[in-house]
Formats: sequence, C-alpha cells, structure tokens
Amino acid sequence: MKCDIIVAGVGGQGTLSVSSIIASAAMSEGLSVRQSEVHGMSQRGGGVVTNLRLSDQPIASDLIARGTASMILSIEPLEGLRYLDYLSPDGTLVSSTNPVVNIPDYPKLNTLLETIRELPHSVLVDGEEIARRSGSTRATNMVMVGAASPLLPIQPETIERFIQKSFGSKGERAVEANIKAFRAGREAADLV
Amino acid sequence: MLVVADDPGMHSSQNEQDSRFYADFARIICLEPANQQEAYQMTREAFDLSEQFHIPVMIRLVTRLAHSRSVVRLLAARPENPISKPADSTAWTLLPANARRRWRSLIERQVDFLSWSETCDHNSLKLNDHDRALGVITTGLARNYFLENVDDLRVAPSHLHVGAYPLPVEKIRQLAGHVERVLVLEEGQPFLERQLRGIVSPRAEIQGRQSGHIPPDGELTPDIVRAALGLALRKGLAVTAMTLPARPPQLCAGCPHGDSFHALNTALEQFPNAAVTSDIGCYTLGALPPYCAIQSCVCMGASVGMAKGASEAGLRPAVAVIGDSTFLHSGVTSLMDAVAADTDMTLIILDNETVAMTGGQPTIMPSSRLEKLILALGVQPEHFQVLNAHPRHESKNAEIFRAEIAHKGLSVIVMVRECVETLRKKRKEKAQTTASVREAVEVQI
Repeated sequence: MKCDIIVAGVGGQGTLSVSSIIASAAMSEGLSVRQSEVHGMSQRGGGVVTNLRLSDQPIASDLIARGTASMILSIEPLEGLRYLDYLSPDGTLVSSTNPVVNIPDYPKLNTLLETIRELPHSVLVDGEEIARRSGSTRATNMVMVGAASPLLPIQPETIERFIQKSFGSKGERAVEANIKAFRAGREAADLV
Repeated sequence: MLVVADDPGMHSSQNEQDSRFYADFARIICLEPANQQEAYQMTREAFDLSEQFHIPVMIRLVTRLAHSRSVVRLLAARPENPISKPADSTAWTLLPANARRRWRSLIERQVDFLSWSETCDHNSLKLNDHDRALGVITTGLARNYFLENVDDLRVAPSHLHVGAYPLPVEKIRQLAGHVERVLVLEEGQPFLERQLRGIVSPRAEIQGRQSGHIPPDGELTPDIVRAALGLALRKGLAVTAMTLPARPPQLCAGCPHGDSFHALNTALEQFPNAAVTSDIGCYTLGALPPYCAIQSCVCMGASVGMAKGASEAGLRPAVAVIGDSTFLHSGVTSLMDAVAADTDMTLIILDNETVAMTGGQPTIMPSSRLEKLILALGVQPEHFQVLNAHPRHESKNAEIFRAEIAHKGLSVIVMVRECVETLRKKRKEKAQTTASVREAVEVQI
C-alpha cells in the first residue's frame, strides 16, 4: 500500500498542521511516513505545499513524482489545482470551495470549482461553513482532514487522537471544535 | 562537526552553494546523508570520526532533507565526554610556524581519510555482472530518486552510492571499468562528475550535470532522474480552462514595513536617481509590487556597505534599508565605517522589535538599546531620527526622510513599530495569563 498526498493551501491556513496530524497518525499506526515541505518565503499569504507519503513499505523519495499522487488535499481551490500534474489519473482532488483572494488576478471562483468538478475524482466541501457550524472557522483545515479521511489508510479514531494532542495546549474548547470539524468534514465527504 | 545545509533550487537562498567543494578545499571528511535516519546516524558518527582523525567533519544537508520529517529509530544515548583542554596549545595557535606544521600533518593524513572512505558502509558498490551498459553513481538524496525509478528499468544498472568523502577512488574506478556509460546523479553542482575526469579513463562516457544530461541548476526530483534513466514520464492531470496566477508571498496586513516603504517612496519622488540598497528579512518583499521600493538584497548586512560604496562612487543619494535584527547581526560594523568617513548616505533601520522572518525570535539585543548603540558609534545626534512607523505619521515621516536624504552627510533613521505577528502573540499570551490568574483566584475563593 502506498498513499502519496500533496497538501496545499495558503500561508496561515494551517496547511502544515494538516500534514503533521495525518503524518503523526499514520506513524502511530506503524506506517512509513515522509513529510517534506519548504517554508522559504511563503509563510504569509503565499502558496504552501507539502509532499506527504504514507506506505506499509519503506519509502525512498521525499518528493512525489508527477502523475502518481493518490490525492491532492487542498484548503483552497486555486492552490489545489496548481499541483494537478502531480495527481494520478486515478487520484482524487479533495478541496474546500472557499477562495483566499489576496492577489489581483484571482480567477473566477465558478470556473475554478467547475474545473474541479469535471476531474475524474473530486470531493468539494464548504470547509468554512462546516467549520463555522462546528464552532470555529479556524478549524477549516480540520474539516478538510475529515473530508480526506475516508480515502486515508488510517483509522479516523487515530486521527482524532492526534487532533486532540495537537490542539491540547489551546484548551478544551479548541480541541472540541476541531474534533467536531473533523467529524463534520468526514460526514460531508461521504455525502458528496 | 560542521553542519551545512545547501539550497539546490534556491527555496530561500541567494545561491545554490555546494559545500562539498569547501570540505574538499579544507581537506576534511564530509558525510552526506540521503535520508532522516542517515542524518541521525551520521551525526553521531561524525563526532567519532572527528575524534579519531582530529579534524572537523562536515555533514552536508540540502533544504529538502532539512525541511522533512520521517520516522527515525533512536539509538542509546551516550554519556557526554568530560570537558578537556588540549595539552598541546600549538595546534590551536596558528602562528605561521605552527600553521605550516598543521597543514603538513593534514596533508599526510589524507591517505587515512581515503582508506576510511574506500571501506566505509556509506560508499556502497553493487555491480551487475549480466549487464554492462550503464553504471549509476548517486550521492546524497539522488539515491532516493534513483531507487524510486529503478524497478521500472528492464535491468538494474550497476550502482555506486557515495555518502562519504573524500571520494572512494578505487570503487569509482571499479564501476567505471565495468560499464560502458556512467550516469552521475548528484544534488548540487557537478562536484563528483568533474573529479571523475581525473579518476577514470579519458575514454569513459560520463553523463551528469556537467555534460548537460541533467539540468545544471535546480533541485533533483524523481522525474528528472526518471528522464535521465531513459524512462518515460508519467502524466498527471492538467488544467486547460485557464492559466493559474502565481501567489507570491507578501507582507502581512498592517505590517509596519509597508508603511515605512510608502513613506520612503513618497520621499524618493524627489530623487528619481536614488540608489536604495536593502537586505534580508521580511522587508525584502519591499522589492515586489505594490512597493518596488528597494533595489538590492544580497547577504546579511550588505545594504549598509553597498550604500556606502554607491555613495563614494558617486551614485547619490544612497539609501540603505535594513531590519533591526539584520543590522545587529552585521550592519553595525559597516555603519561604523560610514561614520568614520561621514559618508553621504541615509540608513533606515526598520525596527519591528523581533526577528520576524524566521518566526519572531528575540533580537540579540533589545531594540530599546539601538538608540544608545547608534549614538555611541558617533552618528551626529541632529541627523539621527527615531520615528513611529504608523500610517497616521506617514506624510510627516516622508518629510523627514526627504530632509535626511538631502543632507550631505550620514544620517540614520530608525522606524519603530512592533511586528503585527509578535504583537498578536503577546496579546494572546497576556489574555491567557490573565484568564489563568483569574481561574486560580476563583479556585482560592
């Protein structure tokens, strides 16, 4: 089994937390894990991307080859499409529908979402709205982890354990909102 | 032990740099891990090698490895060595007579380093006796991309992996003598490929970054290695409906640097030929639209010396823009020089009270002491200004910039306002402390 994931988003959206929660959960289930990201100058408002590789076999490369990723998991629709040439034709693009418009030439949202819907396999969820209903729009990234979770080779309970661990220092309410967001995201993906 | 991270592909540096050249130049051993586990184990080993051979040992990393995570199996910790002062201080006192002796000793020990390198596990050779067409030499991370693709080849080529330097010359000769063509896959510059020419027969066919079979610049990827091995690339999906716009990084909303750049641009309307040098930090983004306020970024502290040079060469007005932490790191010495010459230039220090770009670490000296430091260097108090970098003072600030830039001599302006990110963090911490104090009080009651 191998599951290669490109995790994408905009600096500040919590892209790296998404990767590290999935990576830690996979590791605790005994999988080989490689997580590679370059922070560089993209901390604030720029595009952020992680190569995340999970397998029950040893993994050689930190980077995913073009045309071979099983999933692109994106917290932002434009950023998800940016790495499409890495997605295997059998792979799935899981993306939120909520744009981060901080550039003057941002494309029409409808065109972006249409392009995603026309892909062989895609899951689109309104991450922000689901997060809001779960108690905090800041948990949008965990909605997206939830939306991706049916396709991940990891038990949802394990992921929840690491959400708990990751947000534990921010208090009980933050943990609760993020777990709720994760579950709602998972449910929303099942309905798509 | 010397740990260096080179940046092939220049994710955040001004050059790719291949530090293996420096290890060779210093005539020391260099270890190049290919993955996280090797990075861990080689670090432990580097200490042993250093003690065994009495040399510094270099660990050469690249960005891709430095910014990655994986599962690492830990080994038992070893007790720390007791602190000891060398009995012979001549080895550390490099007067010419001692230096010559040390250099000769280092040259003589090269043979030991080489024989260690020829036999160590990091340099492993696997010859394919059934197929002699291709031999592949990988170094560092290139091995990962080779392994990622090798199963798709009809026959596995002979393979030498080099993880330790000096180069294992005999193993290289063995491989080259065994095959018709050698493909060199290395991250960085053609360090190994260039040296091959002095090791193997001149008739050997060698392919790599130098020969043009691998791109001469940029980071290696599984796809570049795949193409070099003659395998067809796999196609992903494509967006055809539109071209996707880039999303470059930008200053945060409300960033004080943005306000300082606006004021500077207003002031410079009067000086269209001004040379504005700058430096490394978040404020380097001032080179991009909408600001386009700065014209250089080279290395930490360069802006001050470059502005001084520009001014002395006649390129005036010369303005240097530097952050507070970069100024403290290596701008202050050049300012000392500018004071001595009373150079006609203006230095603007953007003081956001933190090392913002790397995550808000404290500066080496609190910003509150900047003023004393600058005046102590001998900057004229009447041409030293400390301004509030708030947008409501923008037109006043621009006016002062204009006056100081017009001044025929050295002036220094410090623009003070805390980074919005550290301010937010501080407020949050304060709120949390207040909440926990309240909780504690309630419990007591």
